[in-house]
Amino acid sequence: MVNGINLALQFLDSFAFIVLAAAGLAIIFGIMGVINLAHGEFILIGAYTSTLSVTHLGIPLAVAIPIGGVVTALFGILTERVIISGAVPNYVSQRTLDRDIIEPLYDRLADSMVATFGLSLILTQGTRIAFGNSIDGLSTPFGPIEYGAFSYSTYRIVLAAVSIGLLVATYYLFTRTEFGMRARATIQDKETARAMGVDTERMYMLTFGIGSGLAGLTGALFAPVITMRPTLGDQFLVESFVAVVVGGPSVVLGTALSGGVLGAILAVFSNLYGTFIGRIALLVAALIALRFLPDGITGFIEQLRKRRQESE
Amino acid sequence: MLELDDVSAAYDTTPILRDVDLSVEEGEIVGVMGKNGVGKTTLLKTVMGLLEPSEGTISYDGTDVTTTSADERARAGIGYIPQGRDVFPKLTVEQNIKMGETIRSDSDETLYDQIYDYFPVLEERASQEAGTLSGGQQQMLAIGRALVSNPDLLLLDEPSEGVQPSIVDQISQDMQTINEDLGTTILFVEQNLGVIREMADRCYAMERGTVVDELGPSTIADEDAIAEYLAV
Repeated sequence: MVNGINLALQFLDSFAFIVLAAAGLAIIFGIMGVINLAHGEFILIGAYTSTLSVTHLGIPLAVAIPIGGVVTALFGILTERVIISGAVPNYVSQRTLDRDIIEPLYDRLADSMVATFGLSLILTQGTRIAFGNSIDGLSTPFGPIEYGAFSYSTYRIVLAAVSIGLLVATYYLFTRTEFGMRARATIQDKETARAMGVDTERMYMLTFGIGSGLAGLTGALFAPVITMRPTLGDQFLVESFVAVVVGGPSVVLGTALSGGVLGAILAVFSNLYGTFIGRIALLVAALIALRFLPDGITGFIEQLRKRRQESE
Repeated sequence: MLELDDVSAAYDTTPILRDVDLSVEEGEIVGVMGKNGVGKTTLLKTVMGLLEPSEGTISYDGTDVTTTSADERARAGIGYIPQGRDVFPKLTVEQNIKMGETIRSDSDETLYDQIYDYFPVLEERASQEAGTLSGGQQQMLAIGRALVSNPDLLLLDEPSEGVQPSIVDQISQDMQTINEDLGTTILFVEQNLGVIREMADRCYAMERGTVVDELGPSTIADEDAIAEYLAV
């Protein structure tokens, strides 16, 4: 019984962690064809912003968390304009050299990886120079829930609830709103979307902002339960990449499903054999999944649907 | 209404269009015919702003639009029906039509009624994913999607491609009705002889990336004159 509760809580915890870590990355990858290797550092920005807001400015945590998200979103938009789209450098070069110097990184997977990897190094080292090897962390709010001989952090349950809320909100944004419809049209056929009058440039800028904002929010939400150091983004990176790849082409649904599957595996193996084995099991599961479902879970679902339609 | 003056265009460094001169007057249906690979699709993409010309000028409604982007040209009243329709496969039929409204600040119900009037199948399948429609239905959807923006000039890329012959005739007639009812000017490219003869008031012939001839109504009526430009 107690073990069952343990497992359920651990599953919720893993699910929240994977979904939150992956959501921003998945949106940017799925919609813009950009692999953001600085994703971990966007999480870092969110975490540091909210933590410093609390410790230095005395802002309550509940307010500091959204601030972390917003600051990271703004930083993401800046990154998009300067590095990803090259709009800012091109604006300058058009006026001085009379030509563009940067070709946008949309749908250039390898090139976008190199550029954002550079950004990731700059951000990690920049943080180290500015704030040192660590800053004071926050204590975990709410305290524990006790049951039997065990106790569990209430805050981690809040995290799980928030991650489900964010997932629902993102799903709503991309499937039920006009913005979402245009974003999806842009993914499906960028050229035709432009011919319909969609300003795809602006679409990309906003998408990158939303994706970055989600990463920042993740960092801010997890800030009270992790150690505040410049490399804190690394611990999110593996899970987030695995979740995106296993999820497949349908961004939001894919993230939810792979969060569910991988979360379950992570929870079961961590519960039985410890965290280290849990993470190994996660990677093995991802390898097996990709061997048999090369287009991820949602790619597989799509294939099934196609086959059923053809047999009708 | 539309004027192309010595327009050349290239994909990366491969030149496709060479010194194209072409004009379309308000209310006309103008065809551009030519075999596969002569640059018909590239021509329409260049007019739409999806490809920037390397040389020459494009003016629309008396304004030079050579360097403006596709979404700006859409806002200026140019509608586009791409080759192979290119409907958004994972959006519903209704959402596809809504996408055509991107440039409008308000939704015009009467335009919807008119589109559903021309193509009742679009209303019947409004909530179905566009990717599940047949070729002809997708073509109708692409036309409806372009019409809902209430364009002054409609660019139409090979409406007959991948569509059953009976539906091809219907679509040609629908395009003429649209031209008469709404006063929409139409520039289309095609290699189907029947469609050209049925639809075009006037027609250009293209070979190897450039316009080689212009045919008036009397020449279009002469089947052999057209067939010469389409012979393999």
